[in-house]
Amino acid sequence: METKFSVKDLDLFYGAFQALHHINIEIPGKQVTAFIGPSGCGKSTFLRTLNRMNDLIDTVKITGYVSLDGEDIYSGVDVMKLRTRVGMVFQKPNPFPMSIYDNVAYGPRCQGIKDKKSLDAIVEKSLRGAALWDEAKDRLNKSALGLSGGQQQRLCIARAIAMEPEVILMDEPTSALDPIATQKVEELIESLKKDYTIVIVTHSMQQAARISDKTAFFLMGELIEFGDTNQIFTKPHDKRTEDYITGRFG
Amino acid sequence: MVELSVKLEEENSVECALFLHYFEVEVLSVEKEMSVNQRRVMMEKLFHGIFFTAASIAVVSVALIIIFIFSRGLQPFFPGNEFGNYNPISFLTGLNWRPSFGTFGIGYMIVSSLLATLGAILLGVPIALLTAVFLAEVAPKRLAAIIQPAVELLAAIPSVLYGVFGFAIIAPAVRNISPYSTGNSLLAVILVLSIMILPTIASICTTSIRAVPGYYREGSLALGASKIQTIFKVVIPSAKSGILTAIVLGVGRAIGETMAVILVAGNSEGGIPSSIFSIIRPLTVNIALEMGYAAGMQQQMLFSTAVVLIIFIIIINLVLSKIQKKAG
Repeated sequence: METKFSVKDLDLFYGAFQALHHINIEIPGKQVTAFIGPSGCGKSTFLRTLNRMNDLIDTVKITGYVSLDGEDIYSGVDVMKLRTRVGMVFQKPNPFPMSIYDNVAYGPRCQGIKDKKSLDAIVEKSLRGAALWDEAKDRLNKSALGLSGGQQQRLCIARAIAMEPEVILMDEPTSALDPIATQKVEELIESLKKDYTIVIVTHSMQQAARISDKTAFFLMGELIEFGDTNQIFTKPHDKRTEDYITGRFG
Repeated sequence: MVELSVKLEEENSVECALFLHYFEVEVLSVEKEMSVNQRRVMMEKLFHGIFFTAASIAVVSVALIIIFIFSRGLQPFFPGNEFGNYNPISFLTGLNWRPSFGTFGIGYMIVSSLLATLGAILLGVPIALLTAVFLAEVAPKRLAAIIQPAVELLAAIPSVLYGVFGFAIIAPAVRNISPYSTGNSLLAVILVLSIMILPTIASICTTSIRAVPGYYREGSLALGASKIQTIFKVVIPSAKSGILTAIVLGVGRAIGETMAVILVAGNSEGGIPSSIFSIIRPLTVNIALEMGYAAGMQQQMLFSTAVVLIIFIIIINLVLSKIQKKAG
């Protein structure tokens, strides 16, 4: 199985505070990898190193090596180009205050695509890909803020896939959604993994067990255990992983 | 109550003493509490009254000013005016103001006021918006901490000093490039006004850009957009209502400004400005220059000028409240 991200000896500091300790992980392509762990364990911070969103924080310092398809993403890579290859969906649905159409077309337009026909095609394809087309096709020019929370999150996924990325990072994408909307997003993730590599941070162990192929358990800035989801949840090698998934803390 | 306690004391039994004790502790304290409560209720009412009076002063003042100006300013247009009648159409569209000939046309002043305001907005808003973007999005915190107070200080400078600055620096500079012998002109007014409205617009824009939630920026950057694309395509559109509010306030300030404008406008007796180098006479200047000595019909016509000005201001405020309602 091909490796998408390869991370070696990654340390991350917020000022003097070390948030990530010596992370080593190989994230496989075209699979769903879940990051689990208690709040503040560094799983979201680590996710954000994969598309360099931590660059936005002045005090962050990163050492180590992160590669995408063998290419070091922290040296000699154009950050904007990187982010078109590695899309992201956030915890709180964050559609822009513009129409549904403009939201999906935003990324392609930023890349200089102006042709109306190509944009129309991209918008339809992306909304279909995010299972939102049937609900949105008659209101493409209405504000995206009028959608429900679950629809907004699927719109954000559509917005991400409009860029035809290789990887989609998801930072607790269902934590602000109700159970039915959560189920729809989970079904969507299931159908996306044949085309995309998905890395998802989740608070819910059930969610990780349901949708992921691989699971990584983080604790206090360290990667404790990484393996097949099945193995992690049934035969964890590490005592701390077992304590966490059996609900002894977290 | 006193009678009761006297009566009880006369009985002089332990039970009675106990009852008396209970009476003093419970019943009297309840009464005391009630009086404290009553005092608080009274204070509440009193302060409600004081607050209401204070708020009323503003409402009454604005009502009085409007009624006063309208009643004086509309007189020449109704029959039975002691100084004679004037046709409101020739007042509003007239291109000459010659009180000694009984000619009172303010059409050219309306045009001057509108042109000066438009020019100031066209010049001032882009500069103010770029300043705001720089302060809120681009500048390192330490640099912003120096520039922002400077911008705010600009807002605090009295308008007469803007006028002096315009008179001593801007008008002579305009004269150097003007075909006329004076630098006092529409251009000089526009330049002074655009500097005057700059700080107000820049401050409000800065605040509203800073209020744009960070997750919009993150969402845009995560899609591979550049910082500049993020600012112009997401941040500024999201701050739209704040920016519009700032522009409308700028329009209000520009159209109502008097002191600074008097010093650089020139003193045109008539005619629509033919170029940006023409001398002009905005509505405010007309009122300020002549009100001190005017009497009779001339004074009434100055009030009529004020009516036109106040209608502009009311329209601007209606637009403003509409924008703010829309923004919720």
